[in-house]
Amino acid sequence: MKRVAPNLLIGGVLVALVVGVAALSLVWTPYDHAVLNVRGKFQGPSLAHWLGSDQLGRDVLSQLMVAARNSMTVALISVLVGGTIGVALGLTAAALGGLVEEAIMRVADIGFAFPALLFAIMLAASLGPSLWNAVAAIAFINIPIFARVARASANQIWTREYVLAARAAGLGRFAISRDHILPNIAAPVIVQATIEFAVAILAEAALSYLGLGAQPPAPSWGRMLSEAQTLMYQAPQLAIYPGLCIVAAVLGFSLLGDGLRDATDPRLARAR
Amino acid sequence: MPRTTLIRGLAASALAIAAALSAAAAAAESKIVIGLQQEPTSLDPTADATASIDGMLTQNLFESLTTVNEAGEVLPQLAKSWTVSEDGLTYTFSLVEGVKFHDGTTFDAEDVKFSFDRAMAENSVNPSKGYFKPIESVTVVDPMTVAIKLKGKDAFFLFNMAQGDASIVGPESVETNNTNPVGTGAFKFDSWTRGDKLVLAKNPDYRGSADVSLDKVEFKFIADAAAATAALLADEIDAFPGFPAPEILPQFEADPRFNVVVGSTEGEVILAMNNSKPPFNDIRVRKAVSTAIDREEIIDGAMYGRAVPIGSFYPPHGPAYVDLTGAYPHDAAKAKAMFEEAGVGGSTMTIRVPPFPYATRSAEIIQAELAEAGIDAKVETVEWGFWLDEVYKKKNYDMTIIAHTSPNDLGNFARGPNYFYGYDDPKFTELWDKISGEVDPEARYKLEGEAQRYLTENAVHGFLFQLPQLGVYKKGVSGFWPSRAVLFQPLAGVKVN
Repeated sequence: MKRVAPNLLIGGVLVALVVGVAALSLVWTPYDHAVLNVRGKFQGPSLAHWLGSDQLGRDVLSQLMVAARNSMTVALISVLVGGTIGVALGLTAAALGGLVEEAIMRVADIGFAFPALLFAIMLAASLGPSLWNAVAAIAFINIPIFARVARASANQIWTREYVLAARAAGLGRFAISRDHILPNIAAPVIVQATIEFAVAILAEAALSYLGLGAQPPAPSWGRMLSEAQTLMYQAPQLAIYPGLCIVAAVLGFSLLGDGLRDATDPRLARAR
Repeated sequence: MPRTTLIRGLAASALAIAAALSAAAAAAESKIVIGLQQEPTSLDPTADATASIDGMLTQNLFESLTTVNEAGEVLPQLAKSWTVSEDGLTYTFSLVEGVKFHDGTTFDAEDVKFSFDRAMAENSVNPSKGYFKPIESVTVVDPMTVAIKLKGKDAFFLFNMAQGDASIVGPESVETNNTNPVGTGAFKFDSWTRGDKLVLAKNPDYRGSADVSLDKVEFKFIADAAAATAALLADEIDAFPGFPAPEILPQFEADPRFNVVVGSTEGEVILAMNNSKPPFNDIRVRKAVSTAIDREEIIDGAMYGRAVPIGSFYPPHGPAYVDLTGAYPHDAAKAKAMFEEAGVGGSTMTIRVPPFPYATRSAEIIQAELAEAGIDAKVETVEWGFWLDEVYKKKNYDMTIIAHTSPNDLGNFARGPNYFYGYDDPKFTELWDKISGEVDPEARYKLEGEAQRYLTENAVHGFLFQLPQLGVYKKGVSGFWPSRAVLFQPLAGVKVN
């Protein structure tokens, strides 16, 4: 049996953990994450509160769990939406070629020219701070990334014999894109999606840290981190927990993406 | 490598000279960097309600006829003395001679008349028009004497005339005061880098300039409490008189480099409800909100215990204070029933808060307390400029949280339906007219107590706590007032060692 690459293994475990906790929070959390108990603030870890309580006496573990769910939701929707639009544009560019391809890809280049996070901040600031505007902003910055990946991969496939055969058989450009190109570029797109998932989690945390993402009482790792910042002196654990969560989620998806790329890329397979 | 050696040698000597120069400059120049949370959008205290304009410029760059000391006593400023007529209606001020505005123009009685006429005008944008409402006429007797005739007795007149709203401005510079303020004070405008800092320089022509120790004052705008802490710890700031984060104070108290001073301000922090629109035009809803809030929890959670609760709109350290904090004891179940009885049980309300920690943190706790009473409250944190525009000017809000830092501001409730409270009650207006016309202090305190009770009975707003003055100062900085009876802080007496 072939040995599983370590990055795939570690990434898979971390992702399973984060996704599992997020899923669990749908049915169970130790406490209601939004219930305050000001008189019981800054509790240390105990049997009642496994990770203690925060500056308003809310249960930290419950908040981290719900924040994981929020973070996953934002990442999933934004990558799905941005990915779908981006791949559709990339496929269109590759299928039509010529001026259309130039136009789509140059616009995508302009999209790339903006620093992604700065653009998301601008968008979230102009649309107003909310979780859904953060989703929209992150989805938007994903579009050119996926358009570029899809188009580059699709252009390679378009030169294959079976595609030429399909064209000779009279199949239309969009039918070929759907039936022959899309299935064959799935691997690089999925790899990209996994990596962008990590980027989206980080972007959500950053926007929430700046107050442009999840609004109270919806918990977010980023906002927990920013709220804990002034409490570093008396309760450093409140910054450490969400920080570790962000690290785990981002590292998990990055490693998983890397591992998947190594496993699916034929060039790397030959090198092994 | 002779060339590099030469360059290195040049660079080294240049460095040495530069170091020597800056050391000499530092010895000669006394500079203070003051941290400030709120950056205003204009610099004209006679046209904008932002408290930080007064905090920086009133009685420092601008001067008024009178001034107020730490204890709240009225002292002469641009008026060196005044007399009051027998009937208490005409004040005759003799002005200080030889005063010049920072642009070189001369200060005289015409400037006083100009400033007051402007504030009293029909289209005046003065944030405290109420201060000028009792004035009937302003007459120039001679270039150094001005007579002000009132319509009725006004107990607060001399005190109000010390505020930034009554700053004396020159007709030559008034149009540009919002970006390039010109006054008569001990400090003149140097520069304003938006989003960063405002710099004042000592006015060498000031009549008392020998007693002014500071040569340069830099106000640094830092809204974020963590950044403010970092700046203080990194020696970038000498004083932060209105420190926003009470939870960090223990860290400064334990640090021998700093002095921490906790005082009080005139700022009543309220959960303002838009009385002009449903559901808050219904007293039952307002009473339910007052019952839903738990002041003790708010003070503990948002202020880390460093604030005093209020039950009405009057500071607890004031002479007429009546303790009304027990009027609506916190009871979530009762509040829920009250909301249901008023027909708004389970409805959604929005709390639009400015970006100040006391407000955003209180909002989060009140949101949870309203949720316990079955109300789904949304918290929206907005920028200060947006808040001024949408909430303060256009009354486009359900609820908001704000500190009212002006002294003697019970009169806010007599400002009529156009003020952002949307509160219009002829009974209270009548009461306020009686208060401001009552010159006997004891009788006035009694009326002010009555006014406090009236506001509590009508549950006009949710009354939360008195904003504390949390000051963090580097050792060696002296002259700051621990508590403030007014919005301003004169810097003429501040020293840095």
